[in-house]
Amino acid sequence: MKHVDEFRDPKAVQTLSMEIHQIARHPWTIMEVCGGQTHSIVRYGLDRLLPPEITLIHGPGCPVCVTPIELIDTACELAKLPDVIFCSFGDMLRVPGTHEDLLKIKAKGGDVRIIYSPLDAIAIAKTNPSRQVVIFAVGFETTAPAQAMAILQAHRMNLENFFVLVAHVLVPPAMESLLSAPQNRVQGFLAAGHVCTIMGYDMYEPICKTYQVPIVVTGFEPVDILEGVKMVVHQLEEGRSVVENQYSRSVHRAGNLEAQKIIDEVFEPSTRNWRGIGNIPNSGFQLRPTFGKFDALQHFQHRIHLTDAATSPASECQSGKILQGLMKPSECSAFGTQCTPDHPLGAPMVSSEGACAAYFRYRHSSVVRQ
Amino acid sequence: MSQNSFFEPQCPLPLASNETIRLAHGGGGHLMQQLIQDVFLEAFSNSYLNALQDSAVLPAQDGRLAMTTDSYVVQPLFFPGGDIGSLAVHGTINDLAMMGAIPRYLSAGFILEEGLPIATLKQVVSSMAKTAQDCGVHIVCGDTKVVDRGKGDQIFINTTGVGVIPRSVDIGPHRLASGDRIIVSGDLGAHGMAVLSQREGLEFSGDLVSDSAPLHTVITDLLNHNLVIHCLRDLTRGGLASALNELATAGPCTMTIEESRIPVSNPVRGACEILGLDPLYVANEGRFVMFLPPADVDEALSILHKHTVSQEAVDIGEIGAAELTPHQSLVTLRTKYGTHRILDFLSGEQLPRIC
Repeated sequence: MKHVDEFRDPKAVQTLSMEIHQIARHPWTIMEVCGGQTHSIVRYGLDRLLPPEITLIHGPGCPVCVTPIELIDTACELAKLPDVIFCSFGDMLRVPGTHEDLLKIKAKGGDVRIIYSPLDAIAIAKTNPSRQVVIFAVGFETTAPAQAMAILQAHRMNLENFFVLVAHVLVPPAMESLLSAPQNRVQGFLAAGHVCTIMGYDMYEPICKTYQVPIVVTGFEPVDILEGVKMVVHQLEEGRSVVENQYSRSVHRAGNLEAQKIIDEVFEPSTRNWRGIGNIPNSGFQLRPTFGKFDALQHFQHRIHLTDAATSPASECQSGKILQGLMKPSECSAFGTQCTPDHPLGAPMVSSEGACAAYFRYRHSSVVRQ
Repeated sequence: MSQNSFFEPQCPLPLASNETIRLAHGGGGHLMQQLIQDVFLEAFSNSYLNALQDSAVLPAQDGRLAMTTDSYVVQPLFFPGGDIGSLAVHGTINDLAMMGAIPRYLSAGFILEEGLPIATLKQVVSSMAKTAQDCGVHIVCGDTKVVDRGKGDQIFINTTGVGVIPRSVDIGPHRLASGDRIIVSGDLGAHGMAVLSQREGLEFSGDLVSDSAPLHTVITDLLNHNLVIHCLRDLTRGGLASALNELATAGPCTMTIEESRIPVSNPVRGACEILGLDPLYVANEGRFVMFLPPADVDEALSILHKHTVSQEAVDIGEIGAAELTPHQSLVTLRTKYGTHRILDFLSGEQLPRIC
């Protein structure tokens, strides 16, 4: 299959693995930011093709995982309202809130629908004028343009029954937050290729300079990831720290200017609470005042009630440490015992980009039996 | 449908195809009798069914009997490569074939939603009748219920199948042995992706055709050659990965398969890539996995390759240790890069309403 096979070619993977073995002289810890990259690494066993000097740690790049529990609880409360059709990407449905998840609300009669594109929610709102349609807008910069486009379309159509529960997060502030933490272990980053397809990679230059870390914009296939690792190791061994682009078939320095324009028209940066990490300034999006009428939190604020006792994740869940790369899923005592995809304690065990889900799916028996 | 016939003073007009199913079609009265005559008997007619007794009376068989049942709720009813009617025959026949049984008889239970066009029902029933005839099985008894509009989804079908297992045949997970080779009969995931693409109106749907097909002929051919077949399993919901895990647990044993040998067509690969699905977990309706000693592999493959349904059969791996405790069972996949990973049961539902 064109555009895929060449990036999964066993010979190319073997060559890159050998090259990394040859150039790595010192121990280095590299973080892949994106959960999609984590899944590729664990699925194909790419970390096992690296020399012992190189440690890969898994970053916070799973938007489902970092959505704070109060937003999951709010989503559940909204989905319970009898006049609401609650639209979400499938990943969010099994993420545990304080007491329940969206799948349980659906089973109890809530009208929860899985959508593949934010524009699907527009179609649902149009065909159900007597219902209130709420979309759970989750994602990084990658999905923000489609979300913004749906909101612009709702605005142009004067839709009065379309609302957005905004949970968008931004990657660069999270990377800075990790680097500035006292317990930081990260010496180099594989930046998330798809985010850079939209946003470009100029914004990483100041991070490189300030924290002296190499950042390589990297794709998601085995050859991409090993090439990205090789480029980071090369820089580290040479004492350099610059932004490089491994994923040039998709990413240009300036990114997708049209998409950025649409995002900027609809959203403005805001402080966002990251699950397990805490508040990070300018790390999320909120609707600009022009589009405030679509804000589900504002519209439904008098109809949903979250008690103070709500909004607390399971105490055994170590997802905060997992998402900051301070712990591997296999090092968590609940992994594979109290916490499984069927009975998750935290979002990283159920999201398709979650690190715990990757370890459970591809390695759990060997991990649990150790 | 299995009521005694009774004296009918009037001669009702045949059911018009532009009519729709009403609750009375399942109510035991005139309309139900008319539905039975004009739709079901018209299509399925055979001496066992035509008697319209409370039970079908079947001749005694030489050998052990295999019996299985399955319900079909696929949406859409019609998809590239099949429909709910042909699926309801293939699916149940294949379950019999996996025990080495020769399929003989089927029952057919229909749950119809009020408002279903009779023409749609006729189309499904006609497809079912043709498929059964092609497969050499009789539909010998049946039942019809009608549920209120909104309480069903057009048509649900249940079929129960009975087949005869030849005396010398003993197939099942209890025979899985260390060193057995694992053969898969063809490319994976076509049924699931064909149904999904049709249902969601995805644009690549033109390339995707269900693999729905009867498997009993090829299995009979294999058995007639006196091959030592230890175990068979058809790959339905949950795909290859789930079937291997079920058998590894039942063994209990360990299995290793080679990623590079697993056949997946380019349209299925492409569709799975776009939708983020793993073809190893996607449903099939005309594929199976077979376990047999290494000495019999070459002959088995040459027989498989003569049949259209298994012309791409390939040896994908082997059983490691056998006679383990259930918690030691394990299926691993050797990647193209020589690394190993677990191939586990699916968590949650990957594609609902696929069969």
